[in-house]
Amino acid sequence: MFGKKRVAIVGAGLTLFRRRLKETGKELSYEASKMALDAAGMELGDMQSVVMGTAPDAFDGVHMKGEYLADGAGAYRKPYTRVFVGGGTGVFTPLAGWWHVASGQFDSCLVVAEEKMSSCYPHPQFAFTTIFDPILERPLGMNLIWIFALEMHRYMHKHGIKKEDIARVSVKNKGNALDHPCAQLGAKITVEDVLNSEIMAWPVQRLDVSPTSDGASALVLVSEDVAKEVTDNPVWIDGAGWCIDSTHWTNRDLYYPDYVECAARMAYKMAGIKNPPKEIDVAEPYDPFDYKELHHMEGLLLCKKGEAAKLTAEGVTQRDGDLPINPSGGLLGVGNPIAAAGLMKVCEIFWQLRGEAGKRQIPGDPRTGLAQAWGDLMQYGSVIVLRR
Amino acid sequence: MSLDKITNPMHVRHWLGDMEADYIYTLGVAGERFFKEIKENGKIMGAKCPRCNIIYVPPRMYCEKCFAKLEGWVDVGTRGVVHTFTVAKIDVDGKKLQKPEIYALIKFEGACGGLIHKIGETTPEKVKIGMKVDAVFKPSFERKASINDIKHFKPAE
Amino acid sequence: MSEKIKNYRGEALKSADIKEGRVPTEKCRPKAKFAWSAGIAIGRFLEELKKAKIIASTCSKCGRIMVPPRIYCENCFKPTDGWKYVKDTGTINTYSVSYLAADATRLKEPILVAIIDLDGASEGMGIIHKLGEVDKEKIEFGMKVRAVWKPKEERVGSITDIKYFKPVKEETP
Repeated sequence: MFGKKRVAIVGAGLTLFRRRLKETGKELSYEASKMALDAAGMELGDMQSVVMGTAPDAFDGVHMKGEYLADGAGAYRKPYTRVFVGGGTGVFTPLAGWWHVASGQFDSCLVVAEEKMSSCYPHPQFAFTTIFDPILERPLGMNLIWIFALEMHRYMHKHGIKKEDIARVSVKNKGNALDHPCAQLGAKITVEDVLNSEIMAWPVQRLDVSPTSDGASALVLVSEDVAKEVTDNPVWIDGAGWCIDSTHWTNRDLYYPDYVECAARMAYKMAGIKNPPKEIDVAEPYDPFDYKELHHMEGLLLCKKGEAAKLTAEGVTQRDGDLPINPSGGLLGVGNPIAAAGLMKVCEIFWQLRGEAGKRQIPGDPRTGLAQAWGDLMQYGSVIVLRR
Repeated sequence: MSLDKITNPMHVRHWLGDMEADYIYTLGVAGERFFKEIKENGKIMGAKCPRCNIIYVPPRMYCEKCFAKLEGWVDVGTRGVVHTFTVAKIDVDGKKLQKPEIYALIKFEGACGGLIHKIGETTPEKVKIGMKVDAVFKPSFERKASINDIKHFKPAE
Repeated sequence: MSEKIKNYRGEALKSADIKEGRVPTEKCRPKAKFAWSAGIAIGRFLEELKKAKIIASTCSKCGRIMVPPRIYCENCFKPTDGWKYVKDTGTINTYSVSYLAADATRLKEPILVAIIDLDGASEGMGIIHKLGEVDKEKIEFGMKVRAVWKPKEERVGSITDIKYFKPVKEETP
């Protein structure tokens, strides 16, 4: 495989996800990083490189927060890179860590993701508006929810999908999150609760949306040689894919994420996966909104276009279904500290494949799992395939 | 269409705007304890790493070199040394200040790091690298658990 | 979380902890003002809006008529080589009824927002804008709409020189 080295994940760490945590972003980064190192039975001195993923500086309210967070991520006098691809950052960060080790340049890499969205006050929504084109879009009074509403509506229209078909995703994920000790919004809710929740921007309602959160997550990545020394059950990064579509987002048909398909095909090719629904045992697609889980299942080729809602209604995507989707509870349930939430998904697949997911463990001895994140302004996909 | 001689964006077609956002920062676990000591006791504290034998000022929750959690705190005193300084003649907007302001990095004996703060009760020509300075605190009822609870540092007598 | 990990770090705060000053904080409002250069393509686009016209740029290689205009075709990665007016009518590609303002505060009267595929541009070349003079219940996918321009003296070369798009009444043959 082009001389690439095999890369293993040997430890994962996660803080609580909450609307507001007392810890600074540095301190959150430290807690997650230290937990991942402890889980791997390794020390900071064993780490040869560090990759930090964190979303716009406007959330933490610290410009150049890659540098600001560095010491909390254990980067003191180490090769260090901050990566950022909007919401896609959380899954892109371990991909960047992967190439550090796969290239043969390093035997280890500490991968950390952090977000402290509570700094932006009273609500980070206003910081989001600055991501839009200042001349063509911001003068209209753009709100971030609009772009999701427009995409969701187009998706529903194209496939004739109803709101209740989509609401089931929110019910499932918030329910799954009840078993997640770090979760912010685990809850037992019904489809009616979603349909009766406050309308934000039709068709988006309050319970279709993930919360804003503070939190951090981390992984320890090592080369095959090191993995053999430190653990009996490594989880391998077997597939990596990422892709960006046109930044002229109003020039695309929003009903389908072509860029996710492109990233997925890249990852599947590397992992030798020919039939994704058969070969993927568990998946954590990005779910900042409930329809997004369906949208991304389709982009990931886990089902046909327009079929994801049907599979959800049939229970296929439940933990005990044929294709468990977001057993962690996802962003809708666990919370959405942007970059940290994407990396939380990779942590979940790691734990699922090691059989360490506790109450959330899916049955059937899963061997292959996938995590995906979406980002930038409606056009970025990052995909990672893990195997035991 | 060469625009390379235009340095003022107002001279080309432009769009004015800002990036409005308000922020509220928590001080964090270590920061909260540090500033409470300043507010309530007028003390400047450091956090000690028992493994690396380093005292960090301001204190941190963890040692950046070995990742140990720092539980032991020590009082480093309110007298420091000017490590380096600058004399500001303009404010953040580039306007001329009526009176120059002296900003220094102040280090504490035996500690790693230090505080950036103002030097007061003296004139720029009297400030020297290596001189000893003492923290001047605001009266306790005015303190808010902030770096500005220290008014400035003044030359030690 | 791994079942092996028993202690999850993080100290949650309530918004009252902040409001009532139980937890010390620092507040800040960065003062940053910007003057974004409109650039070449959007500079022209804004000039044309002032004249109540919508201009696209064209690529002779892939044949696309692109709006908003750009000076390079991102697909062929070559300079665009022509300008072409498109119509100020189009169809609704997708839409939303938003009760949220830009700062996430709640609106009593919703903003109607849509992506409008403009007539005369290549297929699917939409722009985002608002809808007006229409009942929110009556908006439909594929509905024909027309730009409602501000009067000449109020147009300044801004995307808001178009007040909104309104439904085109079907002409009886």
